[in-house]
Amino acid sequence: MTEVHQIQSADPRTQTSYAHAPEVRERLVNDAQALIARYPQSRSALLPLLHLVQSEEGYVTADGIAFCAELLGLSTAEVSAVSTFYTMYKDKPVGDYHVGVCTNTLCAVMGGDEIFATLKAHLVVGNDERTADDQGERSLTLEHIECNAACDFAPVMTVNWEFFDNMTPTTAVKLVDDLLAGREVTPSRGPALCSFKQTERILAGYEDERPGVVDAGGPAGPASLEGLKLVRQRGGAR
Amino acid sequence: MSTDTASTGADKLVPVLSRSWDDPRSYTLEGYRAHDGYQAIHRALALPPDDVIKMVKDSGLRGRGGAGFPTGLKWGFIPQGDNKPHYLVVNADESEPGTCKDIPFMMANPHELIEGVIIASYAIRANRAFIYVRGEVVHVLRRLQAAVREAYAAGYVGSNILGSGFDLDIVVHAGAGAYICGEETALLDSLEGYRGQPRLRPPFPAVAGLYASPTVVNNVESIASVPAIVRNGPDWFKSLGTEKSAGVGFFSLSGHVTRPGQYEARLGITLRELLDLAGGVRYGHRLKFWTPGGSSTPMLTDEHLDVPLDFEGVGAAGSMLGTRALQIFDETVCVVRATLRWTEFYMHESCGKCTPCREGTFWLVQVLRDLENGKGTEEDLAKLLDICDNIVGRAFCALGDGAAAPIQSSIQYFREEYLDHLRHGGCPFDPAHSTAWAPALAATGVRA
Repeated sequence: MTEVHQIQSADPRTQTSYAHAPEVRERLVNDAQALIARYPQSRSALLPLLHLVQSEEGYVTADGIAFCAELLGLSTAEVSAVSTFYTMYKDKPVGDYHVGVCTNTLCAVMGGDEIFATLKAHLVVGNDERTADDQGERSLTLEHIECNAACDFAPVMTVNWEFFDNMTPTTAVKLVDDLLAGREVTPSRGPALCSFKQTERILAGYEDERPGVVDAGGPAGPASLEGLKLVRQRGGAR
Repeated sequence: MSTDTASTGADKLVPVLSRSWDDPRSYTLEGYRAHDGYQAIHRALALPPDDVIKMVKDSGLRGRGGAGFPTGLKWGFIPQGDNKPHYLVVNADESEPGTCKDIPFMMANPHELIEGVIIASYAIRANRAFIYVRGEVVHVLRRLQAAVREAYAAGYVGSNILGSGFDLDIVVHAGAGAYICGEETALLDSLEGYRGQPRLRPPFPAVAGLYASPTVVNNVESIASVPAIVRNGPDWFKSLGTEKSAGVGFFSLSGHVTRPGQYEARLGITLRELLDLAGGVRYGHRLKFWTPGGSSTPMLTDEHLDVPLDFEGVGAAGSMLGTRALQIFDETVCVVRATLRWTEFYMHESCGKCTPCREGTFWLVQVLRDLENGKGTEEDLAKLLDICDNIVGRAFCALGDGAAAPIQSSIQYFREEYLDHLRHGGCPFDPAHSTAWAPALAATGVRA
């Protein structure tokens, strides 16, 4: 049974989110109600809704918290408790691109530590910091990340949670320079990057509607095929 | 090593879930159909659900997410005729350090997971299934969303599937960055819209899981193994592995190995055989330590090259098969640095619910940082082990046990290396020698 809270019938005095932008609010309400309808109990939509509000402003704002609380019949404290628990929800504006460098043990040893140090120096930012507006056409936020399940492609980076495999300090610097300059960048396995906000909409549960994006990147990266390749060489049928 | 051993290793490679990955359309519905896809559901939906559960029990399939619990038995725990909704939840929150099998699998072959979801849901009488995928893998999310859409359009998911009268809805749900959500009860709390913190058990999810209803939580690879079992029969699956560890599984080699990657092989293969297939430890270097199944499984050394990589074999060697995430480290790597970094990870990911893990991981990091920087004392090793003793078995969930594993095992095998840090007044290794771009044949990792 779906218990969607019909905010239209709720006390208008409690509907405080996005008071300055009613059209944004209306669009978000429509999007949010479609997400809530996917679940047997409305609160299950909280993580998707937090991604949704992050897709609007690039981080989870006070408006975003209040919005989730209103739609799900929760207190803002209950929503904040959840948004602060998960590392993908940000409490300050992320740049146009979120740049991650894996520094968990395997990637760190394979060079992730050196890549991260190189990028901090090159961009003149610390961990979880954003470049200044005068550093390029676009801005980016640099963060070291935990194991992203691509260890056979180490050292691994991510931009907007897309994979950049087998990185070096040189390719990492070129990558962030391209991002800052606003050039189109394509990850190792996936379509050309969209913005951080657009990425968050996919995470909320809305499909990426750009043509060809599902097919981009092919079925598998080279490391994924190593075992299969040996079988084929020995005459294993396809 | 003899050539006999080498050929044995190659014979142990059996691509089942990876069989189609070199087909450029493997991830599409038509691509999956071209590789026997969506045949098993015809057979399964024609059987009584209990017969499907029996088939999976008979296959000997054990959970592929780390713990190795028999999958069919787990399904059998779901009470029937209880007038409550049942749920299937796929744990696609792959984040155990070193583990990198489910992500490439879902990118290359998401429909096999969906076919497994349909069969498993039918067996446990669930009309709703959730795929909880970690958020940090957007392209995998795209592939899953598209595959579910295609499966609905083809009539494999939705109402009255293939005229069987069975209804199923599948929701793909993205997480938001929390390792702990790989723990099944934390995952359920997260899916309910709460902080991902583990629950006290009992009650187990089979009795009171999602929304306090009977729920099966299975790893991606476990569920994805089901269609092949239905297609080829439980005896076929059983014949592929060892007596108590049936079937094949992904062995994911990473780190200082010539050809890192995915090797889908019979359970029971050894690291020596796998290294042989992968071109050996990187040229000019030798194996120092490795994890059999991610960082939460105690590390092993070059003494353990011939340990059969099945549940019993790795257990007997003092570790766990885990997720078959074989992280290979050569002699250039400082084991204290590696252990410290994993411990920092556990501290960051500890959910904070229970005191031993929350406080213990914090103090472990403080002591290890001192040791790595040459500022500790020999007594600190005893202190580390003492803190570990206060976490293992006393924490709410397995994260705490996992945090202790690299520390206890590294002190067991490399106590002298910890002491070297004290004698040297710091780390005696140069990390530059360990990188992927380090000059080949760098003589040694130790600074002159």
